[in-house]
Amino acid sequence: MPPAATLARLVLLEARRGGLPWLAAGCIALGVGLGAFLSQVALTENRELQLALVAAWLRACAVFLIAAHVATRTVREIDDKALELMLALPLARATHYLGRLAGLAACGALLATVFALPLLLWAAPGAVAAWAVSLAFELALVAATALFFAMTLVQPVPAIAATAGLYLLGRSITALQVLAGGGPLADASVFGQLARGSVAAVAFLLPRLDEATRTEWLLYGAPAAAAYGAVLGGLLLYIVILAAAGLFDFERKNV
Amino acid sequence: MRRVPAPVIAILAVALAAQIALEASRRPARQPAASLPPAPGVEVLRLASFGENEAASRLVMLYLQGFDLPGLDYQRLTAWLRAALALDPLSAYPLFAASRVFAETPDPARARIALEFVYDEFMRDPNRRWPWLAHAAVLAKHRLKDLPLALRYAAAIDRSSTSRDVPAWARHMEIFILEDMNELQAARILLGGLLEHGDIQDPNERRFLERRLRELEQRVK
Repeated sequence: MPPAATLARLVLLEARRGGLPWLAAGCIALGVGLGAFLSQVALTENRELQLALVAAWLRACAVFLIAAHVATRTVREIDDKALELMLALPLARATHYLGRLAGLAACGALLATVFALPLLLWAAPGAVAAWAVSLAFELALVAATALFFAMTLVQPVPAIAATAGLYLLGRSITALQVLAGGGPLADASVFGQLARGSVAAVAFLLPRLDEATRTEWLLYGAPAAAAYGAVLGGLLLYIVILAAAGLFDFERKNV
Repeated sequence: MRRVPAPVIAILAVALAAQIALEASRRPARQPAASLPPAPGVEVLRLASFGENEAASRLVMLYLQGFDLPGLDYQRLTAWLRAALALDPLSAYPLFAASRVFAETPDPARARIALEFVYDEFMRDPNRRWPWLAHAAVLAKHRLKDLPLALRYAAAIDRSSTSRDVPAWARHMEIFILEDMNELQAARILLGGLLEHGDIQDPNERRFLERRLRELEQRVK
């Protein structure tokens, strides 16, 4: 087995021993319970209501679980000097970093698969598959973000906060751009233009997470192949950026 | 358990009992009608939901369902419904609630506000939203006894919806309302045009409408 694959396997083992499967099971149980509760209060669109809210809940849970897991385990590895021990092995730093990232991405893919299963209660398998694959990419992106910030900031709370900040900005940047645009009543002053320019500049640096893992696909059918490919391509590009940035920081780090 | 000092266990038990007693003494939460705040902008809701538009739309509907109908500000209500529909234009929930719940209030003025909301939103997507305008036409006719309003809604269904999925009864509502208004000549022209145009494929439906046209012609004479 190549060293990077061994590292990835270790990451998966640690996730299993760290109780991640139980937390995932708890999230799914709460989600299904939420769905059952909502079926009692909906006046119409019972299926759609349950599907939309349970999917949103599971997506948020998956992102939080993976971000918290990556940040805490990475910082613990640094604090326990386990990382130093691993670096004593005759392996390139890139192998260490990318092996970990591959393991975390595999962990995200497993989580996405498990979280998609309850959605089969309300949605067509094709739409659920599209949602699950997109969630797997999204979780790989979140894992890459959390790994980057955990390695850089070396504290769990700042790392989780920074990951959450980037993720939520990525989810809301389109709405922010529309709000900053202001329509016909937009402030035409220099400050107004500066504000709009700043939001546009930030948008260039963010992944378009609002276009990924859309509940709309579950409700109204899987997206067109071209649009779907563009979404996955955008996520993959950002994962590469984060991995390269993390590797850059890891290579120059004096561990 | 034995290693835990008794005062700690006692404090925990008393605090837990006090919490349960405090919550049990509260009256169940019910939103007063007057407290429906102005609807936020759609983009604000999109921002607040972090892009989960479909979930946000349905949460808005569950939120609106919690208000008592008497005294509810219908201008604000329709602004909220509009926002929910803008978040998920394919959702049936806002139009269903407007036509089947909010428009069925005993207050005619407020019912009209809800019906106008249904009419406005129908015009944006007639082929999908005709069932709620059809119900609005029925309400206008039977509940509000406002035949011109019912006719406007029925005519909108006939003129604006082009899909084959729109059933004949919905398309023909205008004719029957014209009959009720004693506008027999107009109803006859409309019905004759429909039959002549060849829109009616079903032989039973065609027979029924031809019989209806003959009856109308006799009444006009």
